[in-house]
Amino acid sequence: MASLMNRLRPAETVTDGPAVATARRLRLDQRYLPVVGSVVVLILMLVVGGTRYENFLSPLVMSNLLIDNSYIVVLAVGMTFVILTGGIDLSVGAVVALSGVLGARLFDAGWSAAVTIPAMVLVGTVVGLLVGVMVLVFDVQPFIATLAAMFLARGLCYVFAPESIPIRAKSITALGTTRWELGEWTLTPSGLISLLMVAGAFYLLHYSRFGRTVYAIGADEASARLMGLPVARTKLLVYVLAGSCSGIAGLLFAVSTRAAYSRNGIGMETTAIAAVVIGGTMLTGGSGYVLGSLLGVLALGLIQTMITFEGTLSSWWTSIFIGSLLFVFVVLQRVIVAGRT
Amino acid sequence: MNVLSRLARHRFTWPLVALAALLLADVLHTPTFLNVRLQDGHLFGGPVDILRNAAPLLLVSLGMTLVIATRGIDLSVGAVLAISGAVACDVIASSSKPGSAGTVLWAIFLGCAICVVLGFGNGFLVAVVRIQPIIATLILMTAGRGIAMLITEGQITTVNSPPFATIGGGFWLGLPAAVIIAGLIFAAVAVGTRRTALGVLVESVGINPEASRLAGVRSTSILLAVYAASGLFAGVAGIMVASNVAAADANNAGLFIELDAILAVVLGGTLLTGGRFSLVGTLIGVLVIQTLTISVTIQGISGSVTPLFKALVVIAVFLLQSPVVRSKLRRRGGTAPPVAVPPALPTPSSDPVTGTAPETGTGPGTGTETDGARAGKVSS
Repeated sequence: MASLMNRLRPAETVTDGPAVATARRLRLDQRYLPVVGSVVVLILMLVVGGTRYENFLSPLVMSNLLIDNSYIVVLAVGMTFVILTGGIDLSVGAVVALSGVLGARLFDAGWSAAVTIPAMVLVGTVVGLLVGVMVLVFDVQPFIATLAAMFLARGLCYVFAPESIPIRAKSITALGTTRWELGEWTLTPSGLISLLMVAGAFYLLHYSRFGRTVYAIGADEASARLMGLPVARTKLLVYVLAGSCSGIAGLLFAVSTRAAYSRNGIGMETTAIAAVVIGGTMLTGGSGYVLGSLLGVLALGLIQTMITFEGTLSSWWTSIFIGSLLFVFVVLQRVIVAGRT
Repeated sequence: MNVLSRLARHRFTWPLVALAALLLADVLHTPTFLNVRLQDGHLFGGPVDILRNAAPLLLVSLGMTLVIATRGIDLSVGAVLAISGAVACDVIASSSKPGSAGTVLWAIFLGCAICVVLGFGNGFLVAVVRIQPIIATLILMTAGRGIAMLITEGQITTVNSPPFATIGGGFWLGLPAAVIIAGLIFAAVAVGTRRTALGVLVESVGINPEASRLAGVRSTSILLAVYAASGLFAGVAGIMVASNVAAADANNAGLFIELDAILAVVLGGTLLTGGRFSLVGTLIGVLVIQTLTISVTIQGISGSVTPLFKALVVIAVFLLQSPVVRSKLRRRGGTAPPVAVPPALPTPSSDPVTGTAPETGTGPGTGTETDGARAGKVSS
């Protein structure tokens, strides 16, 4: 509720009379509109895909939709936190590559999975901490700080591994080949991890003090500070959290490709940002839902699936479709914001 | 001592120190690095190499400077650059006379014209639909390379056209043609923004869009023009890049150039929060980035590691410019009074290009708080 109150402008909070109840109900609806939009588009895509292609709506295809995009889901979770505070994280793709390359090198050097897998996640945490310190202590803008982190991570990748390295570690192979069958539905450890991350983020954002502060910072940082909320600590934690998410995504990506390459993950940051925006989170901060981001990732994944099913469409149509979808959603958000003020 | 502490706080000092350090490292490694020699009437040598390779980045950064001055950002320049190269190469490759000047001019015109339209589209989304610049241009950034692939049909379109190859790799009057083109456009932008009121108008839109609109500044037209210019310059850069390799590579042409350009602009002292901009600063930023790229190769390190050094330079320069470190430097100097808006320090008026700009009178609300500024923009 604190986040909700933050969104209300002073002029709106002092209005009284019988219109208040309906107005408030309307405004609440509008807050969900971007997410409702995502749901509608997702359903439309499923209907179109289901009527055009055989087996499109089969449990196998739908299960793979989550499994194939699990690392993007984890990235989108981290990105949601950063964007909710009004920041942006350009470093995620490079951190995914760095995490994979570091893991491959550690496995090659004979370290066990008990050391390597935490290290793959922690490298993201460290990059996130670095970004947080740059943003908070040295007052560098998030855009520039994460840009520097991106260059740093990308450069370190090439230092560790100029060429592609296969990952043959048993633990990674096991994570990549385990499949749990639930009737005709399938779930892999990667898919499960991504769902747990979404659930954890949902809890953090909506049922914890930390989450309320995140929304408050995004809505109005100065007000949040005046209210006595721990703005600095929360922002630092958000970047550390986002960095850790990138590390986990790096692990999941390594599990799915079973190879590490320093050019992995180029453009992944754009995909993650696009998923968050399509999921209804405002880039101005303070408004959005992590469940929306999950829907956004699934919508982007569906585009890819449909292009695969179509068969004749070349791969570059993916980016054109993603751009078009992004365009529609951004204009929709704009209309909603214009309607609200 | 006073001069020294003022020097330490001047916004060009640290980028210039970085540039000098890089050049020094190169000279120590290759003593003849700075030698320029005349061969067959053409200039060759390290500095010429730096300038020639910097030309596309300088063009893109020029557009980016203007866009950032209006409190915007243009992420689509890399994709636009790829589209321009793809269009130009497609026109030349499908022509019956690829070597004729007419074909090449038509190809260049078409490539640039499409980029102006794309830039105009960005401007429309920002100025009329009022979408945040970062998102408005993210759309084209995402879709742009797909469009370029569509034009080249997924191939790398190679062209064999001597007049076209001159633009990126040829020489005019002893100088690389790319340097002359970039230099002329730089001069035109500098004169256009600093000898007319245009530059001040651009800055006023960046400092406070609403106030400038009330003051009679046609901010919509200015935003449209600025994004169209950014598209045009990216288009020219795309022609240069395609001409240099005689091919259009939709996937790799101008990859990450938007990030390099933003970096160059910010290194040059223009704030991402908009307002006062410095074209000379951008030029310095571009030279730092390009010299760094060339230095890494000269030192015998793989070019792939360049991002690491880029990160180190960026982090070093930004930490040295940050309010925390600056206030420490000030305390050591012990003379300068505290400044209200730390990053936008006053510059000595001896600077001919930036000196004409009014001091950005940003209040406490818009000083360093990007979030506040952004929120204000959306609600307006």
